[in-house]
Amino acid sequence: MTDEPIDVLIIGAGASGAAIAWSLVETRMRIVCLEQGGNMNPLDYPSAGRDWEARTSSDFSISPNARNLPSDYPVNDNDSPIKVANFNAVGGSTILYAGQFPRFHPSDFRVRSLDDVADDWPIDFATLEPFYAQNDHMMGVAGLAGDPANPPRPSIDMPPLPLGKAGQAVAKGFNSLGWHWWPSDCAIATRPFDGRERCVNLGTCVSGCAQGAKASTDITYWPHARRRGVELRTHCRVREITVDDQGMASGVIYFDSNGREQALKAHVIVLACNGIGTPRILLNSKSTTFPDGLANSSGLVGKNLMFHPYAAVQGVFDEELDGYRGPHKGIQSQEFYETDPSRGFVRGYTFEYSRGLGPVGTAVTGLSRNRIRWGEDHHDSYRKLFSRITSLVALCEDLPEEHNRVTLDPDLTDSNGIPAPKISYTFSDNSLKMLEHAVARGTEVLKAAGATDTFSISPIDFSGWHLMGTARMGTDPARSVVNEWGRSHDVKNLFIVDGSIFVTSAGVNPTSTIQALSLYIADQMKQRLANLFD
Amino acid sequence: MNILQKSGHQFQQLSREETAILHAIAETVIPASHQYDLPSAGDAPIFSDILATSTKSRSELHTALSVLDDVAYQVAGTGFAALTVTSRLPVGETFRKNHPQQAMVLETLIVQCYYRDDRVMRSLGMEARAPFPKGFVVEQGDWSLLDPVRKRNAFYRPAP
Ligand SMILES: Cc1cc2nc3c(=O)[nH]c(=O)nc-3n(C[C@H](O)[C@H](O)[C@H](O)COP(=O)(O)OP(=O)(O)OC[C@H]3O[C@@H](n4cnc5c(N)ncnc54)[C@H](O)[C@@H]3O)c2cc1C
Ligand code: SF4
Repeated sequence: MTDEPIDVLIIGAGASGAAIAWSLVETRMRIVCLEQGGNMNPLDYPSAGRDWEARTSSDFSISPNARNLPSDYPVNDNDSPIKVANFNAVGGSTILYAGQFPRFHPSDFRVRSLDDVADDWPIDFATLEPFYAQNDHMMGVAGLAGDPANPPRPSIDMPPLPLGKAGQAVAKGFNSLGWHWWPSDCAIATRPFDGRERCVNLGTCVSGCAQGAKASTDITYWPHARRRGVELRTHCRVREITVDDQGMASGVIYFDSNGREQALKAHVIVLACNGIGTPRILLNSKSTTFPDGLANSSGLVGKNLMFHPYAAVQGVFDEELDGYRGPHKGIQSQEFYETDPSRGFVRGYTFEYSRGLGPVGTAVTGLSRNRIRWGEDHHDSYRKLFSRITSLVALCEDLPEEHNRVTLDPDLTDSNGIPAPKISYTFSDNSLKMLEHAVARGTEVLKAAGATDTFSISPIDFSGWHLMGTARMGTDPARSVVNEWGRSHDVKNLFIVDGSIFVTSAGVNPTSTIQALSLYIADQMKQRLANLFD
Repeated sequence: MNILQKSGHQFQQLSREETAILHAIAETVIPASHQYDLPSAGDAPIFSDILATSTKSRSELHTALSVLDDVAYQVAGTGFAALTVTSRLPVGETFRKNHPQQAMVLETLIVQCYYRDDRVMRSLGMEARAPFPKGFVVEQGDWSLLDPVRKRNAFYRPAP
C-alpha cells in the first residue's frame, strides 16, 4: 500500500456517502470510500423466496442486533425505549428504507424563532432547495406537484404510486373530516427511470427491492460515481480517524475484508456513517490533542440524539383492501404538521399511511392484538383481518435534548474489537402529548374511512430508523460540532454529511434532507477548494 | 421442574420431548379446518418446515417451550404434550397472558411456516409463489378524491 495520501476519503457508502461521492467526482480528485458492508445482490432479497416474511426477522431484520451479520456492529439500546434500525452495506440503510421521500418545510429551519424551542438551523430552506431538486433527479421521485401543505414545485419526475383500495379508503376518511392528504413523494420508480425498472407492487420495500424500483443508493448514485472513478472498498471497517501534530485529520485506521488492520492517509475526510455510526467513530478517535474524542471541543458529539417517535393506528375494514400487494407508502397527511398551541404541544407530525400486511404479518398482528385466536376460531378470525387491514403511522418531530445521546459501551465491541455504541434516550413530555394526539386523530380518520375495528401501538419500539442530531451544525463552536457548511469547527479537513448534523428533526422522514445537505456540502467544498482549510 | 429441565437439556438440538411440545402447540394454535379444507399447523410438511426454520432461533425456542411446559404443569398438573386437545387451550391462555414474549416466539414460528404453505395460500386466494419476479397488480384508485384538497389554499407556515 502506498503512503501517498488520497485526496478525499469518505467513510460510509449509504445515502449521504453516495451523494457526496457522486458530487465530488467532477473535481477529478482521487476519492476512496470505505464501507464496512458488501455489495448487495438483489436476487438474494427476501421477495425472491417463499420465506420472504420470515426473513424480515432474521438476516433482513431492521435491527442490527437481530441480524448480527459480519457487516453489522452491535448497538446497546437497552437504555432506550426506541430500538435502533439500520442496514450496513453499499447503499446503507436505503437498502431497507421504505422510500418515503418528503422535504422539510421552511418553518423546520426556524424552530427557535417560531416556537421558542431548540435552535434555528444556520441555513434555510431556500439554501437547500436546489439540492433537494438535484437529489430528486438522481434518486428518481414519484409524486404530484400542487400540495398545499408544502412550497410549490414545478414538477415531479414520475407519477405517484397508485392509491389502491387502501389509499382510497383512507383518502375518503381524510376528506370526510376535511383534513389534508396528498400522494407522498416516494423514491420509487413508477415508470422505468435511469436504467431502473418500474415498481411491480412486490410489497417488500423494507426488506430490499429485488425489482430495483426503489431508489437505494447502490443502484442510484453509486453506479454513476464508480463509473466516473470513485473507488469503493467494501468490507472495510474504520476504527478511528488519526490526527497529525497540527491537529488536522491525517487518515484512518481500518480493518480490511481479511480482518487485517490497515492505515490509509487522506487530505480530506468525510464522515457518512449515520447518526449513530458517526459519533461512534469520533468518540473512538481519542488522542492527546483530542482526549474526549475528535471534533468534540463543544462536548456535543453524541448528544442531542433524535429519533422520530412513532405511533401506529390500524383499521380493520369489512371490504378487501390491498393486503400484501403494493409498496408500503403512498399517501400522507400534514394536517397536524405546523405548531398549533391549542393542541398542548409544539411542532407537529406527519401521518403516513402504511398500505397493508402480508399473510404472516396479518397473523402476527392479529395474535398480538388479540384479534386472532388460537384453536378452532383461528381461521375465521384470521379471515376477518386478511387483506382487510390498513394503517396510519404518525411520525412525530423529536426535539433535541442533550441527555438523549450516543456514548461508547464500556464492554460491548464489534467483531473487530471496536467499542460499540450505547444509546440513552427518553421521550419528552412534548413527544408523549403529540403521540397521544396522533393516536386519537388517526383513529378518527380510520373510523371515518369505514374501519369497523381499530387498534394502536404507541410508541412503536422498533422505530429507530431515523438517526439525527449527534454532531449538530451551527455557527457557534461552543454549541455545535460542524459549521454551516459541514466542516468540523475543530478539525479543518474533517466533514460530516449524514443525519448527525441535523439541528432539529422536523416531522418528516429525513433521507431527502440528509442527501440534499450532503450535495450542498459538496457544493460548498467545490466552491472553496482553493482555501478549504482556512 | 418440567420434563425439559429434568432431561438436563443441552440447548442445541430440539429433544424428542421438545418436538412433541412444539407439535402440540402448533396443532393448538392452528387446528385443521373442515370448513376451509385446511390442514393444521402440525400437518407433516408444515411441521417439517417449522422444525427446519426453528434452527434460526433455537435458544429463544428452548426457553419458550420450557416455559410453556412449566405453565402446563402449574395449571393442569402435566406436560403440555400430554394434555388433551381441549385442555390445551386454557393452558395456552395462561401462557399468553403471563409470558407474552415467549408466546410470541412460538406463534411467530408457527404462522411463518403455516402461511407460506401452498394449500393455505391458495385457500386465501393467493398464488402460491414468491412476490418476485411477477409482482402484483394494485389499482390506481379514484384520484378525483383529491379535488377538495386541491381547492385548499397553501397552509405551510412562512419562515422568517
Ligand atoms: C427499515 C427502515 C425504513 C426506513 N424508511 C425510510 C423512509 O421511508 N424514508 C426516509 O427518509 N428514511 C427512511 N429510513 C432511514 C434512511 O434509511 C436513513 O435516513 C438514511 O439511509 C441515512 O443515510 P446515512 O448516509 O446517514 O446513513 P446510512 O444510509 O445508514 O449509511 C451509513 C453507512 O456507513 C457505514 N458505516 C458505519 N460505520 C462504519 C465504519 N466504522 N466503517 C465503515 N463503514 C461504516 C454503514 O455500513 C452504512 O452503509 C429508513 C430506515 C430503515 C432502517
Ligand atoms: S413494492 Fe415496488 S418498490 Fe417496493 S419492493 Fe416491490 S417493486 Fe420494489
